Amino acid sequence: MSTRKLLVALGATLALSASTAVAQSPGLGKNITEADIKAWDIAVLPDGSNLPPGSGTVAQGAAIYKQQCALCHGEGGVKPAPGYAPMVGLQKWDRMDAPKTITYYEFATTIFDQVRRGMPYMSPRTLNDDQVYAVTAYLLAINKLIGEGDVMDAKSLPKVKMPNAGKFIIRFPDRI
Amino acid sequence: MSKDKHQKTLDSLPPVAGNGLLDRRALLGQGILMAGAAVAGVGASATGAAAEPLKDDPWSTTMGGPTPLRQQPSKFEKHVVRVLSNLKHEPRNSHARTPHHLINGSITPSALHFTINHSGIPDIDPAKHRLVIHGMVRQPKIFSLEDLDRYPMVTRTAFIECGGNSAPMFSSEPMQVTAQALHGLVSNSEWTGVMLSTLLDEVGVDPKASWFLAEGGDSCALHRSVPIKKGWDDAMIALYQNGERVRPGTGYPMRLLLPGYQGNMNVKFLRRIKLIDQPAMSFYEAKTYSQVLPGERLWKFHFLQEVKSFITHPSFGHSLKGPGYYDISGVAYSGTGRIARVMVSADGGKSWAEAALQGPTNPQAFTRFRAPWRWDGKPAILQSRAWDEAGNVQPLRAEIIANRGQSSQPVTNPNVFINQHYNSITSWGIDGKGEIKHVYA
Ligand code: HEC
Repeated sequence: MSTRKLLVALGATLALSASTAVAQSPGLGKNITEADIKAWDIAVLPDGSNLPPGSGTVAQGAAIYKQQCALCHGEGGVKPAPGYAPMVGLQKWDRMDAPKTITYYEFATTIFDQVRRGMPYMSPRTLNDDQVYAVTAYLLAINKLIGEGDVMDAKSLPKVKMPNAGKFIIRFPDRI
Repeated sequence: MSKDKHQKTLDSLPPVAGNGLLDRRALLGQGILMAGAAVAGVGASATGAAAEPLKDDPWSTTMGGPTPLRQQPSKFEKHVVRVLSNLKHEPRNSHARTPHHLINGSITPSALHFTINHSGIPDIDPAKHRLVIHGMVRQPKIFSLEDLDRYPMVTRTAFIECGGNSAPMFSSEPMQVTAQALHGLVSNSEWTGVMLSTLLDEVGVDPKASWFLAEGGDSCALHRSVPIKKGWDDAMIALYQNGERVRPGTGYPMRLLLPGYQGNMNVKFLRRIKLIDQPAMSFYEAKTYSQVLPGERLWKFHFLQEVKSFITHPSFGHSLKGPGYYDISGVAYSGTGRIARVMVSADGGKSWAEAALQGPTNPQAFTRFRAPWRWDGKPAILQSRAWDEAGNVQPLRAEIIANRGQSSQPVTNPNVFINQHYNSITSWGIDGKGEIKHVYA
């Protein structure tokens, strides 16, 4: 077969394998169990699924925050270092340059998720689950979204009502 | 036809729109001649200055330098670099913007592709990197790079644009900065990789899964939620960019490619995909890429990068060297599909001429447009406006500001994201001396 003919034939095979992926798929992935993925499976969903066991109080969170977070995000969540987000924010947004921080989130689970996966920034995933619940409780309390005595856990966290809950318009509904 | 003769033809062409825009057909079928004219045009007047007698330069009379294993740009091109937002590598995110005003064509060189990394560039060993797909699937599976290298691959061109690209355009006063500073968070590459649908077929997706989350192996474990539709439609696990392995800042050894969707969703250093039945609401979708509209309305899931174009040549940072011929050019792209038409104006939008499109026009990819222009030396305002094949048109500035608002105070720092998803027209104002400013018109 000439090189050209060979290439044409190869092209045809490729087109075929792309459209009949199941039949042609090499099947090289190794099976793995959810148990073995656990260390990576950190994302928390808004309905609370995948929240770990454990709990934390506002007071516990205040101590952790002072030690591990205030340097960048500011004492008490205000006046952060230049270039960093404050943790105390608005409850209402009416213009594009009204600053947005954690109070803007539709669901409180996002705070837990963001702290668990990425904070403290220089040593992420070093807080245990109780500590993440505690810091989350502290951040919610300094924004008056929960009371000083409230405890955050897998049950209470998804129930916290955020100021923007239910206010979002989906930009392109037909793409979802 | 000799070059002189062609030059005469150009000079005698009647303008098709105000302030000297010429018929785009002047560019067709005369590539070589026009290329010559374009080079001569910037710098030389229409009549052309007398040239010096020719002689050999030193590099023409001695043997040149050694051949490197990997080519670097000429030392004379040192100024063609990205601009950085975080020069001291402080512990926060870092942007690098593509110098659109200093390059040409439609593929962005990999070294100049824009990047935003939220926790630095991880140093990933490709032999140890894994991609796991799990959640609402029949059988969770894990893939090495070596595994994926054996899968059927697809090559396509696609732009990637940050949702915050062009954010300076929301400032109430035009920021006096280059196209790089305004629009440098979009770039265009050829990508080669494995279609996500191929892998989804192998793990067997539960029909109740409506989204998937994609997560990176960087220290912030950046994750985004993507509607499952997009996963089946045209999502790719990109392994190669412009023929070589994806570069570290761009996601080595693999990244998600979601053609036409917000850059941040094209998760780099991709290590996990989880099929889920609701969006995860990572802080990027919950806050960063949600927009506040006038009247206390809030938008979420603005994934699509809508039709847009901007002129790169001439633009802020260039100056015109006297009246005569100029090649106006720029890039146009749309997350919806192919670019169908680009119109160019030299009189601030009063009249328009159709630009020539450099084919082939690929869906969700840059199309370079060109418009021949004879500048008469008087003030002019250059604009471009694009249409895509679905009929979407780039909005006028007045329209986008009416719908979306603008900053309460003028903003002067281009690194500030005033808002997201600006896709209106950019205007370059040229004064009688050929100096170029960014203006709103
Ligand atoms: C070294 C500085 C630094 C420290 C210390 C730090 N953070 Fe952060 N934090 C950041 C940066 C930078 C971001 C933005 C991340 C990005 O761009 O992806 C951020 C983002 C966040 C966000 C999301 C903010 C928003 O506006 O949506 C939360 C919540 C947060 N940090 C909480 C914490 C908590 C809690 C701690 C302590 C356990 C902490 N951070 C410690 C730098 C820091």
